[in-house]
Amino acid sequence: MSTLSPVSPNPASGVGTRNAPDAGPGLPVHRDRPFSRTNLVQTLAGGYIPLIVATLVVVLPLLWMVLSSFKQPGEIVTVDLKILPQGLNLENYHTAMTTVPFGRFFLNSLIVTTVGSTVKVILAILTAYALVFVRFPFKNVIFVVILVALMVPPQVSILPNYILIAGIGGKNTLWGIILPGLGTAFGTFLLRQHFKTLPGSILEAAEIDGAGHWRRLWQVVVPVSLPSIATVALVTVVSEWNDYIWPLIITDRPETMTLPVGLTLLQNSEGNGAGWGILMAGAVLVIIPILLVFAALQRYIVAGLTQGSVTG
Amino acid sequence: MTRQLTGSPAAPAAPAQTVPARQSRGRWSGRTRRDFFVFLALALPNLALIAVFTYLPLINNVYYSTLDWTLGSASATVVGIDNYINFFTSSDAPQVLGTTAMFTVVTVGGSMVLGLLVALALNSKVRGTTFARSAVFAPYVLSGVGVGLVWLFIFDPGYGVLSWLLRGIGQQSPQWINDPQLALVMVIIVYVWKNLGYCAVVYLAGLQSLPKDVMEAASLDGANGIRRFMSISVPLLSPTTFFLLITTMISSLQAFDLIRIMTPLGNGTSTLIYEAYLQAFGAYNRAGYSASISVVLFAILLIITVLQLRFVERKVHYS
Repeated sequence: MSTLSPVSPNPASGVGTRNAPDAGPGLPVHRDRPFSRTNLVQTLAGGYIPLIVATLVVVLPLLWMVLSSFKQPGEIVTVDLKILPQGLNLENYHTAMTTVPFGRFFLNSLIVTTVGSTVKVILAILTAYALVFVRFPFKNVIFVVILVALMVPPQVSILPNYILIAGIGGKNTLWGIILPGLGTAFGTFLLRQHFKTLPGSILEAAEIDGAGHWRRLWQVVVPVSLPSIATVALVTVVSEWNDYIWPLIITDRPETMTLPVGLTLLQNSEGNGAGWGILMAGAVLVIIPILLVFAALQRYIVAGLTQGSVTG
Repeated sequence: MTRQLTGSPAAPAAPAQTVPARQSRGRWSGRTRRDFFVFLALALPNLALIAVFTYLPLINNVYYSTLDWTLGSASATVVGIDNYINFFTSSDAPQVLGTTAMFTVVTVGGSMVLGLLVALALNSKVRGTTFARSAVFAPYVLSGVGVGLVWLFIFDPGYGVLSWLLRGIGQQSPQWINDPQLALVMVIIVYVWKNLGYCAVVYLAGLQSLPKDVMEAASLDGANGIRRFMSISVPLLSPTTFFLLITTMISSLQAFDLIRIMTPLGNGTSTLIYEAYLQAFGAYNRAGYSASISVVLFAILLIITVLQLRFVERKVHYS
């Protein structure tokens, strides 16, 4: 932490050495480090301005989305930019919901995300437990099979999966959307890494008490692994909710579309200047739920997403 | 923490501290047999799904790529490698490969350079870095479709914020969507915006694990901040840089959501993945041809992954 803040090189060298216990008097850097007012101002400016700029670059477009979703066509189709909407007018949301069955899309997304994530997390827990705690001859081979699957890009499999799922009647069905994504290499990998760090003694104690695998799994391993399971669950929820290419291909009827696909439909019907407010209302409905989940539980999500190279 | 995934194939199992029940019994005792079936019961559903929906499509893709086949048609002719020849000799090939290369190089370079700069800002010792870190990471978890629409509105030549800002300095807004080159620029900007937070957070973790004593020694020797950054931080961060290079390259090559929503016709933005989609599910229904493009894309991704596995152990140590 005290190593560098290159944004403001000169004042930073003062900050950097302040915490160093052995930076006694008489050392060269110490000379030009009076805790003067200008120095302090420079440090703050050097530290804060880049942070504020970076934050604004991210926040402003999202804020613009929310503000625009309340604007009437007259406030958008205009030469003068109006930053704030005239009022909290929900007209756009109403139009978005009546032009296309948005409620249906929302429900479909909710079902796909809930069912898909629940099954994936359970499969990941079961497989990871088996890989770590159950004796089996070819465990390493199986683990490599899972690792390689982690690196297979899902995008290149869409055509064969489409042909397979459409062939068994899964087109325009929710199970057709959910099924191909259910196998989970990512969750299995992450939980296996965690289970391997658990002390063997707690399981031995349970085994001596006569607990079988099933009880050891649910009463010992799962309760002590809740943070890792939460990480897998949240990363899965995020990717299921946002998933686009597969639901886009396997559905072409509004009844089974998920939110991202439904937004595409809305874009086709409202893709003119006056429709931007409606489209922003639609974007709010797909973005805000995940943003809220992220705001509340971002620690787990960031940890999970930066751990593996591939999600899903 | 970030390299666990890529590092593990080399050392798949460390049995010593893991499995409590390791004592060797009879070769096929009741317990061994029971464990055998317990393992299958627990792992088989997941493994079967992975086999059917991850591995099988790879094989099928190669098979489909040898067919002259219209999607939805009941009959197909085997044409061998004609689809590949058609693709590489068509006028589309230089266009698609060029767009893919341009998109990948600029998004990877842009996300990594800007990500590192943001990581440096996040690494400063001021208040509010926790909030800024979350904010910068947030776009990475948001729906590409939602984000694409928001930015499409911002770029709108008639009513977008950008056109308004440009008018403020006396400029006319360019036609971002209709001009093929500008469409690519637009999609690249939004892609970098969405993904640089990932690079920033990974770089931040790298920066925070740099050895403090080396830095302090350098500053005692009179090295200023930029010098310390270039001569110490950058080389010490090389494993992080390599990890990010590979992961961002793989995800850029698969970028779909933003391209689809911002440029539905792929005018100037047809990367390999998007061309494969358009050929099969756009106007043409050319399933065999699309499969051959997917195989080309998969081959490229495979080469990158193999490179990653080969070089991942070459970590730099300075301690």
